[in-house]
Amino acid sequence: MAHIEVKEGVPGIRSLFQFSPETGKPLCELAEVLLRGPSPLSSAERELIAAYVSNRNDCMFCMNSHAAAARFLFDERKQVVDELLKDQTADSLSPKMRALLWIAAKVQGSGKYVTPNDIENARKAGANDTDIHDTVLIAASFSMFNRYVDGLASFTPANEEDYLEMGKRMGQKGYHI
Amino acid sequence: MAFIDLQNDLPGIRGPMIYRPETGTILNELAEVLLHDEDNTLSRGEREMIGAYTSYLNDCFFCQNVHGAMAQHYFECDMQFIDNIKKDFLSADISDKLKSLLSIAGSVQKGGRYVRSEQIEEAKKLGATDREIHDTVLIAAAFCMYNRYVDGLNTWAPTDRQVYVDRAPMRAREGYSQVGLTK
Repeated sequence: MAHIEVKEGVPGIRSLFQFSPETGKPLCELAEVLLRGPSPLSSAERELIAAYVSNRNDCMFCMNSHAAAARFLFDERKQVVDELLKDQTADSLSPKMRALLWIAAKVQGSGKYVTPNDIENARKAGANDTDIHDTVLIAASFSMFNRYVDGLASFTPANEEDYLEMGKRMGQKGYHI
Repeated sequence: MAFIDLQNDLPGIRGPMIYRPETGTILNELAEVLLHDEDNTLSRGEREMIGAYTSYLNDCFFCQNVHGAMAQHYFECDMQFIDNIKKDFLSADISDKLKSLLSIAGSVQKGGRYVRSEQIEEAKKLGATDREIHDTVLIAAAFCMYNRYVDGLNTWAPTDRQVYVDRAPMRAREGYSQVGLTK
């Protein structure tokens, strides 16, 4: 049960958006622009970074929902999502994506863990300033979303299948309060 | 020097906010509603203190000084008082309710799953409402984002702590909606 009185049966962050629409508005807008707005990274790649960080933060709700969105968006290549999250391999991903995921993992631990060398490696693999900026902010923002969802013990559906429709909706319609 | 070319010389979070206004504007809007909005039963000082304490735990120099100075401004105290809260809030001369909320913020900083039901019960017993607990968790979570954004891009920060104290009255007056975009 959640730590505060939210509507029962409404999953994860949606119950918190209903509890507090004032904060829900900028949080939704942030997810929308970060994951679906203009960026050199595809939405599928950005959803993958979000799922990866959420996995490292052990946030089942965010991990399952953004993994489902990433699978939907990667479509025929959807196996890359499970390779990364379940088998911990990124062999099918581009060197650039691997270097950015490395940076995202550092940010998940702490912003201070990112080294000039990590940035240099990403650049050598083809990442530009905006790729790096967006990766850092996606990883940072999921360090927030994950803590918000789990810090208030919001309702987390247990099965991966529960997230299928959610992922499709996120991939198609995005994030709106 | 920042890891990417931010195309401006602004310190801390203001640099990347200007670099990428699409997200900068929203990050400001979130800070405004969490920290500056008057429609809240937690005082501005209490909310800034939760942000400063979380930033202290994340060892983010820029954020803990900006928001420590803001708390100092609202509390009408000196920076020593704020530093004492950061180092040992249980011994500080603040309300038991705020202590219970700082304890929750400290758990959120480690990870959402570190918050225990007993901490929530304790805060409620001391008069904290659901709304106040919600805001405490979200402020602490948001600073886990802001801190990582600031340090993950290796932005620069003024080392003279007085700079932050001097800017606090202006920020208290004007709020966060325009941070970085004009001043």
